[in-house]
Amino acid sequence: MKIAVTGLNATDNPGPGVPVIRSLKEGGLPELQIIGLVYDSLEPGIYMDGLADKHYLIPYPSAGLEPLMEWLGYINSIEKIDMIIPTLDSELYAFVKLAPKLKALGIKTFLPSADQLNIRGKDKLFNFCKAEGINVPKNILAATLQDIYRVTSELSLPAVVKGIFYEAYIANNLEETSSYFRKIANKWGYPIIIQEYIRGTEYNVVALGDGNGGMTGAVPMKKLYITDKGKGWAGVSIQEPALLRISEKVISSIKWKGGMELEFMRSETTGEFYLLEINPRFPAWVYLAVGAGQNLPSAMVRMALGEEVQPFRDYKVGKMFVRCSWDILADITKLEQISTLGVI
Amino acid sequence: MKIFEVPGYAAISETGFIFLGNTGETFNLNEIGKEIYELIKKKKPYDEIVSEIMNNYDSDQLTVERDLDDFINQLKSFGLVTEK
Repeated sequence: MKIAVTGLNATDNPGPGVPVIRSLKEGGLPELQIIGLVYDSLEPGIYMDGLADKHYLIPYPSAGLEPLMEWLGYINSIEKIDMIIPTLDSELYAFVKLAPKLKALGIKTFLPSADQLNIRGKDKLFNFCKAEGINVPKNILAATLQDIYRVTSELSLPAVVKGIFYEAYIANNLEETSSYFRKIANKWGYPIIIQEYIRGTEYNVVALGDGNGGMTGAVPMKKLYITDKGKGWAGVSIQEPALLRISEKVISSIKWKGGMELEFMRSETTGEFYLLEINPRFPAWVYLAVGAGQNLPSAMVRMALGEEVQPFRDYKVGKMFVRCSWDILADITKLEQISTLGVI
Repeated sequence: MKIFEVPGYAAISETGFIFLGNTGETFNLNEIGKEIYELIKKKKPYDEIVSEIMNNYDSDQLTVERDLDDFINQLKSFGLVTEK
């Protein structure tokens, strides 16, 4: 079978494409071939030998749905793709909207609906959690600089300033808040989320929802090393029933379909978990779940193919990952081919 | 009689490396710290731990008790032992 995967940008802010492919390759899927869909000719995954069988450049979702669909249709006419796994937050709405057209071409997806995507959005998370009785930091949705001044009356400083898709900074005063507001707004648009800062330790969960309210699997992880971009560079699987309970509640309530990452902070004052974010796709550390005994990407593909997948009940505690920076050498012809022909 | 307990989620290796499975935290114990932790794990009462350390390290009771109390308080604060 042929599966196309996006997000091969294995940089210091890594996309989940490379670990998703690694997971699929170990999932025992029959005659698996991987097509890498890339937005940039320097996405490191292109240069990793033995990762994807072929790569195609595709237009950014910001170029509009039609050019993207046109390209996907063209690639499919050559490759006859069985399934597409989009792995980046910023492209998910596009792929969710294109899912019926892809289905008409015989390409399967395993994605939430646009409504489900919206419920867990960074701008809607607070209301969702309040309704479900889940601890969540207070927040302000800032659309103008004027809104920043609500921080002093409605929250306290420091506060976390977040983009609707990516980036987050801790602001210690109003000046920093307005500076981060501008920086993020220029890059990711509005609204900007200004969130109460919960002091504590960060925990994450990777999970898979079956689309009917069931949680097919989940593995919680504690970040052991965090980069200056807030990315986990090392982590370890842990056993914390409370994290699994909250994750199951979220998936059951939304009837989530697909991969998901839940980000938590355990308050150092109360010891309680606060749900900071729900990312609507597998995280870049999803391969840890495979190592811990839950091949979630592979299970997702099997569900997309209509197989009955039994939920994972267990995983290995104490399995850890450490990322590394490793130079890959390649001939310039590789860059030439992908950047001029759009395929390699 | 004071008895302390090592929680089920704490795993200690032969080198004195402790991994807390519930929080993902890790700790390193030195040789004597590991020895005491193993005694606690075996559910030895406080008084027995004191005598064993006194014998093994040729030290007086007051010094051992003072250091042991200090060490156990640290272990408790990190969630590495609980008092029964």
